[in-house]
Amino acid sequence: MAQRPKEPTAEELAGQHIRLAPNYWPFVMPALAVVLAVIVFPWVFTIWMSVNEWTLGQDRTFVGMANYARLWGDARFWESLAHTLSYTVMSVVAPVVLGTLSALVFNARFPLRGFLRGIFVMPMMATPVAVALVWTMMFHPQLGVLNYLLSLVGIPAQEWIFNPDTVIPSLVAVETWQWTPLVMLIVLGGLASVPREPFESAEIDGANAWQQFRYLTLPMIAPFIMVATIIRSIDAVKSFDIIYAMTQGGPGTASETINIYLYNTAFAYYDIGYSSAMVIVFFALIILLSMVLLMVRQRMQWSEAKTR
Amino acid sequence: MTHFLTPTRRQFLAGTAGLGAAAMLGGRPAFSADVDWKKFSGQTLEVNLIKSPRSDTLLKYLSEFEDMTGIKVNAEATPEQQQRQKTVIELSSGKPSFDVIHLSYHVQKRQFEKAGWLADIGGYLKDPTLTDPGLTEADFAEAGLDFAKDSDGSLHSLPFSVDYWIIYWNKDLFEAKGIEYPATFDDMVKAAETLTDADKGTFGFVARGIKNANTPVWTSLMLGYDKYSVEDGKLQTDTPEAIEAAKLYQRLMSKSAPPGVSGFNWAESQSAFLQGKIGMWFDGVGFAPPLEDPNKSRVVGRVGYGVMPKGPKVQASGTFGDGIGVTAASQKKEAGYLFCQWAVSPIMGARLLQAGAGVPFRKSILTDPKVREGVTMPGEWVDTVAACGDISRLALPVIIPVTEFRDVFGVALTNMISGADPADELKKATEAFKPVLEKSEKA
Repeated sequence: MAQRPKEPTAEELAGQHIRLAPNYWPFVMPALAVVLAVIVFPWVFTIWMSVNEWTLGQDRTFVGMANYARLWGDARFWESLAHTLSYTVMSVVAPVVLGTLSALVFNARFPLRGFLRGIFVMPMMATPVAVALVWTMMFHPQLGVLNYLLSLVGIPAQEWIFNPDTVIPSLVAVETWQWTPLVMLIVLGGLASVPREPFESAEIDGANAWQQFRYLTLPMIAPFIMVATIIRSIDAVKSFDIIYAMTQGGPGTASETINIYLYNTAFAYYDIGYSSAMVIVFFALIILLSMVLLMVRQRMQWSEAKTR
Repeated sequence: MTHFLTPTRRQFLAGTAGLGAAAMLGGRPAFSADVDWKKFSGQTLEVNLIKSPRSDTLLKYLSEFEDMTGIKVNAEATPEQQQRQKTVIELSSGKPSFDVIHLSYHVQKRQFEKAGWLADIGGYLKDPTLTDPGLTEADFAEAGLDFAKDSDGSLHSLPFSVDYWIIYWNKDLFEAKGIEYPATFDDMVKAAETLTDADKGTFGFVARGIKNANTPVWTSLMLGYDKYSVEDGKLQTDTPEAIEAAKLYQRLMSKSAPPGVSGFNWAESQSAFLQGKIGMWFDGVGFAPPLEDPNKSRVVGRVGYGVMPKGPKVQASGTFGDGIGVTAASQKKEAGYLFCQWAVSPIMGARLLQAGAGVPFRKSILTDPKVREGVTMPGEWVDTVAACGDISRLALPVIIPVTEFRDVFGVALTNMISGADPADELKKATEAFKPVLEKSEKA
């Protein structure tokens, strides 16, 4: 078979300046128009709103950076930022760890594996608001099934989402219950692509199960775990439905993440200017987070390349 | 002059529509024949309602309005919070997609008034060709008119349904402890603490603890100290009366309420009460039907309906309400007005009351013995409703940022349940909310 000519890599393409022939432009226009209308325009408009004092039903006035200055001194904003971070970290770490472990379990061969795997991924298919409502009932301090189960083993009743101290971990538990299967599926895909040979030679060299996992399995599935982590991070940082349906940010503001605070400011207080400023700051933070994640991912690739 | 045996078409139609209602309304026709109900026949109205037992009643009988007027109605009912958001966004755009809007007075009155979103319907009310002679301003309860009229006295909506806050109490639990329904706030605290037995899972009192929803509980208690949360445009939320009311809230909610109550809204409170483990539940008057429904409740027939006990200064029932009006931007204002008129008509009000779905603002409906006969709820409930009318006071301030008010003070109240000092919390919240209020009135 004749060898195909080598395709240019992304780096090579990026270095070139591609000039489109004029007759290509009609093909670009529709996509360009859509991008301008649904991405660029809303952003420009949001930036513009953020420098205005604008409450629905009242007049709009230009205030420059006043909304941003207000954010700086708004304790509720910083508190919600802290909630967002703790919620995100917990609801990334827990599903990734549990998802990886369950992928290892479901990668082994045992009877009814396919059936059990099917059951395991079911939470992922449910609508988050429906999940939230069911869990709210289960968390009820007097009538919920969770406290009943705890009472069977002699553990005192908990207040779950009804207590400021336990609300975030309880919400994370729901998030973890729902999204561990997703991580499991991604990592399971990675495990399926792991070659057998290195394990055989490791066995011959006398490596135990833990050593095999730590030095063979884990490095080989690391890129998949990374993908799962990125997907989970994006999902967790923008999480809204479960929190809103279960606690609306309460008790008090104990589970109010930026999304919830933002929503309240914009649609309950109708303070469009201030909420736009909040969006801009939140967006900058998300970009920062994405860059960190991408950097970590690239470093991992380099370290893989070095070990190759 | 037309003879009653040879009526005009208009009279005939109005008469047939009225016949169905005659039994409910002591034989009176429900709609006057003097009004030309068919004048706007063929028009299509867009109606935006708050999803609730009240709007369910309107939707159930919508075809009667369509048959009587020939007006086609496209009605949409969305849950309260979402409806408020959606309608405000649409109204502020200047081109709302609806002609008629169902609004929550206790949250939206001042906002709607300041923005001028509703049409002035005062003229229509005086027009005998548009308005049933029975519908007069004087027929509405005072609180309703306060809600419906702007500060300049113009009328922009019709008061639809009133919500008084009452105390649902469990007669079995009271009897078991040999105590009476409380007459004063002090008695209420004592009763709540006597009824509480945490080991048995029985608690004397429950009310909303979750932020925002809990604020009306505290402002209602404050009324007993003869204090409104805002008086003459000034916050009264850190006055001695407000602090006393907050201390009372804290005591009831931390000593006599079930654990986790700081996360309770009305739904959690209701489910706790339905199980028969709660002595008193303080909330809106419209929750009687599920309590008397054997499929949902373990306390059927054992619920007492009590008027709010007397506070240290006065006895007052916290009052909230809904109205229905026509948007200023609507091109079909008269047709929209006919719909509003139908919604608050004696027959619709009677249906609302009889099903326990709500309480009409019109006095003539509440005092009609025929209407009262048809009420499916216990007689005690109706008596309580009537008694509340006499001591009714608006429980939330008539300001624009009501939601923010409820949120800011709601957080303070939730913190109090966890043990925070009421005076400190109210001072902080008042300082935080003051600039918001000032800004809203300046704008």
